Amino acid sequence: MEYVALATGLILVILGLYGIVAQRNIFRIIIGFSIFDTGLHVVLVSIAYLKNRTAPILDEAVSKGEAASKIVDPVPQALVLTAIVIGVAITALMLTFALKMYEKRKTLDIEKFEDLKW
Amino acid sequence: MVKKLVAIAILAGIAFMLYGLFASYTQKETLPKTSRYYAIKGPDELGSANLVTSVVVTYRGLDTLGEVTILFTVASIIGFFLRSRTKREARAENPRETSEILHTGVAFLVPIIFVFGAYVFIGGHLSPGGGFQGGAIIASGTLLLFLAQPKTSGGHTLITFVESVSGIAYVGIGIAGIFLANGFLDNRILPVGEFGTIFSAGAIPIIYSLIGLKVGAELSAILYKLKDAKEDA
Repeated sequence: MEYVALATGLILVILGLYGIVAQRNIFRIIIGFSIFDTGLHVVLVSIAYLKNRTAPILDEAVSKGEAASKIVDPVPQALVLTAIVIGVAITALMLTFALKMYEKRKTLDIEKFEDLKW
Repeated sequence: MVKKLVAIAILAGIAFMLYGLFASYTQKETLPKTSRYYAIKGPDELGSANLVTSVVVTYRGLDTLGEVTILFTVASIIGFFLRSRTKREARAENPRETSEILHTGVAFLVPIIFVFGAYVFIGGHLSPGGGFQGGAIIASGTLLLFLAQPKTSGGHTLITFVESVSGIAYVGIGIAGIFLANGFLDNRILPVGEFGTIFSAGAIPIIYSLIGLKVGAELSAILYKLKDAKEDA
């Protein structure tokens, strides 16, 4: 039970990958990607966690001097902060491509797009 | 059928690998070297109470600039792919009027959402906020506006203006850091001030506000382009 967040993140990663690999509808693939993305964020944040420590924000609870022994790792949190926004941007880009693909073929079935198949 | 089996076999392999990582994972007891430096030196060096902010805006500021660039690139690519309707075409198609409830709710909520977004990015060095979160909140307000007024075509100039000005000012402050402080995007071009107050941490509140405006404008531009996309190109 100790690493619940880490386990949840890894399960989300696998569920998202399943969505990407096994679904045929392009929108479901994009949703799978979003779940995959979220799972990675949960994994990163849970790796940053150190036992019995608090958020890396200094206030009355955590003074300057004892910061190093009381806060969790701020670097992966900063990484996730940027990764979330990039995830939003990539999702928007994929939705645009999906829109264009639908306009071309009038279908969202990924099996119908065979141009790059050999 | 075979394809599905292959997919499940691959996923089982990946799951096995991830389980190996999970089973051998043990939590660290202390901070890694870099993080310890940020935790011990960060508050005195930069004066930011939120250490994540000091990492995002100053220590790894170049990465953040790169990330804002990625957002800009994505918005440009979306603009390239989605041709927007001309004004006459937009007027010709007559979407159903939005409901009274939505109109009233949006008129009440949107100013509050914008102010809350500004609060989140201005207080980014003191509280768990920041430019990216505040920008996303502002973009959600824009989305509400678009839902209530689907026919509106104004605002695009304002979005582009905010986007360009905040981007240029961000890079300008970064370059000012080379001449007035120790390097590109150094926040100590302004006095660090009293720790834990709103006017502290040098240029961090200004930089984070600019990032907030930039992200908000960028995401709003993406929403705008998706809203105005031509039905069949």
